[in-house]
Amino acid sequence: MADHGIPGTTIFDGAMAQKGYALNKMCYSFNDAANRAAFLADEDAYCAKYHLTPEQHEAVRHKNVLEMIAAGDNVYYLAKLAGIFHLNVQDLGAQQTGMSVEAFKAKLQEAGRA
Amino acid sequence: MAEIVGGLGTSHVPAIGNAIAKGLQNEPYWKPFFDGFIEARAWLKRIKPDVVVMFYNDHGLNFFLDKMPTFAVGAAPEYCNADEGWGLPVLRPVKGDTDFSWHLIEGLVGDEFDLTTCQEMQVDHAFVIPLQLLWPEGGVPPVVPIAVNTVQHPLASPARCLKLGRAVGRAAASYKKDARVLVIGTGGLSHQLDGARAGFINKEFDMECIDKLTGNPEGLINYTVDDIVRLSGTQGVEVLNWIAMRGALLGRVSKAYCNYHIPISNTASALLMLDNEAAEARQAA
Repeated sequence: MADHGIPGTTIFDGAMAQKGYALNKMCYSFNDAANRAAFLADEDAYCAKYHLTPEQHEAVRHKNVLEMIAAGDNVYYLAKLAGIFHLNVQDLGAQQTGMSVEAFKAKLQEAGRA
Repeated sequence: MAEIVGGLGTSHVPAIGNAIAKGLQNEPYWKPFFDGFIEARAWLKRIKPDVVVMFYNDHGLNFFLDKMPTFAVGAAPEYCNADEGWGLPVLRPVKGDTDFSWHLIEGLVGDEFDLTTCQEMQVDHAFVIPLQLLWPEGGVPPVVPIAVNTVQHPLASPARCLKLGRAVGRAAASYKKDARVLVIGTGGLSHQLDGARAGFINKEFDMECIDKLTGNPEGLINYTVDDIVRLSGTQGVEVLNWIAMRGALLGRVSKAYCNYHIPISNTASALLMLDNEAAEARQAA
């Protein structure tokens, strides 16, 4: 279902929303500063509290964006987890595309000159 | 008698909020974006809106996946901003207009839109940043928020969003109180935050959208949501808010101003202002 035939793109549809529910619920909790602090204090315990699947827990441990998306994370919720580590969307883009942050930013600038 | 005096589309990237907080408006990176709002504020002085309807999308502040409305209309006396988890300053609450909210809700449900209505509703960066850009000194008019789901597919189609906007336009026209209504749509234009295609931007499609939103919105309704994702990116679907905004302009529409700049954060930023001359005003003239 999630493959809609668009390269490099996961559509967050019903199948992904169902698969990622626990992980997204954890990320949603990070709207609250106390929950962000609790996560930083003991990441594994916090993940366990939200009943993450082993795949989701591993993805969070690795801080790997593509793994988290494959495990059903939605990028808007994922961004709240990334915020805890002070990673912005250029950092996320660089990691997902295997580029340096500078190269990723240059790619964005390049789109404006096209 | 309420009258829709204009429509405005603008990007709502969170980084704009940080740039404002740090006073970076005149930095070379930001200036091409922020300068557009000098024009927008001059335009607002001309069209003098006293109430706003805003189509936007929530990014996991008010709505979670436990209950995800396709269209949700605010009916609160006040809307509070709150911590979204990534360090944006929390902005002051925005006043609502409950009489106008319920009038619009009556009209929309009467027009077969099965809505979620919200007497409490937190509003995120997609709602507060455009207001901060347009009214930096304060004096924001009362706002009726209409949240459009762009998070969890299936999303409403471009055709449906245009119809939603038109229903808002019809409902506003039947409001008995005198009001000058500005309709805003926020988000976009092309960008993709997630996946191996992160960083995708499509200037050509953005130009097509701006052109069609101005003069031929029906030209966008044959696109499916998957088409929009393919052409505009996973978050480029926020253009649905712009399409709904455009739908509400039922008079003679003309472009007042447009600003387009790549990139702001990962996004092709755009600002579009449309004048809407109501049919009644034309007859009287």
